[in-house]
Amino acid sequence: MNEQLWTKAIVMGSSAIGAGLAMIAGIGPGIGEGYAVGKACEAIGRQPECKGTVQSTMLLGCAVAETTGIYGFIVALLLMFANPFIGKL
Amino acid sequence: MNLDVHGARVLFEIPVNIPVLGNIVITETVMNTWIVMAVIVGLCLFMTHGMQVHARTKRQIVAEFIVKKVNGMVGENMGEHFLQVGYAPLIASIMGLSALCSLSSMIGMYAPTSDLSTLLGWSLMVFVLITYNKFRAGGPLGYIKSYFEPIPVLLPFNIISEFATPLSMAFRHFGNIASGSVITGLIYAALASLSSAIFRLIPGAVGEVMQNVPLFQVGIPAVFSIYFDIFSSCLQAFIFCMLTMMYIGSAAEG
Repeated sequence: MNEQLWTKAIVMGSSAIGAGLAMIAGIGPGIGEGYAVGKACEAIGRQPECKGTVQSTMLLGCAVAETTGIYGFIVALLLMFANPFIGKL
Repeated sequence: MNLDVHGARVLFEIPVNIPVLGNIVITETVMNTWIVMAVIVGLCLFMTHGMQVHARTKRQIVAEFIVKKVNGMVGENMGEHFLQVGYAPLIASIMGLSALCSLSSMIGMYAPTSDLSTLLGWSLMVFVLITYNKFRAGGPLGYIKSYFEPIPVLLPFNIISEFATPLSMAFRHFGNIASGSVITGLIYAALASLSSAIFRLIPGAVGEVMQNVPLFQVGIPAVFSIYFDIFSSCLQAFIFCMLTMMYIGSAAEG
């Protein structure tokens, strides 16, 4: 009984650490989107009449660049709230 | 601090026992989606009620504005052919449903878009449309041939990328809305424990009562709600539609 409790504690603790590590994926989209928005600002500064097109293209590009971060978030969400490992004990 | 993050609650089951799928389960998602659909139908009936050739009422002007915008978007991103076939109502209904589903979390409902099943259903529909348009553009042989391009070795990767398109669309929308609700829940819980920690310092009976009142929860979450609920919901609806249009449009080009 005690051993089972230990196993569960280790699995839960490791899952929490794993969830935290999965959210490191947020760094990439952050840098990428910042770069994209910076370039969009440059483009609007150079050609203010293109503002609408540049803005909507930038938002679409940001959304696509965000995907990897979202995958990390979903892995973290799974580990926190729908842990697949505890059921296998 | 009690943080409550949960999926859609099961309301009741219809015991029909379909062989593989089992009973039909009615969750909060299903109920809230039907409520949102009813609201959209009511809104459409209200806005198109008593239309005239020259718009005199405000609601007709708004309706004409929406139709013009969507027609322009579809014509610009997908081409004139798709506008005539009638893709504009599809895009407009996806956008309206997505935006209103996400915004429904503001009145305390469980947002149907924070359930992955809803988004997987929508993106499956988009996947069917993409495949149909590829078939129509290149024929069955052209469709099969597109998997072996540019070189036949890439076949497994082409198959993966075919399925990755709808999956990433669903995950993107779901992740954005779900992360918003998780962060909003965290903010509420943090403000509750903050106010209880501060008001506990008041001596006497006042402190006893006040430490159970989460006073900081008034007003402060609204600032974050502007981003996570209003901005994010509308942006994700727009992006889902833009990606739908682009994928279908590029599939038709072959």
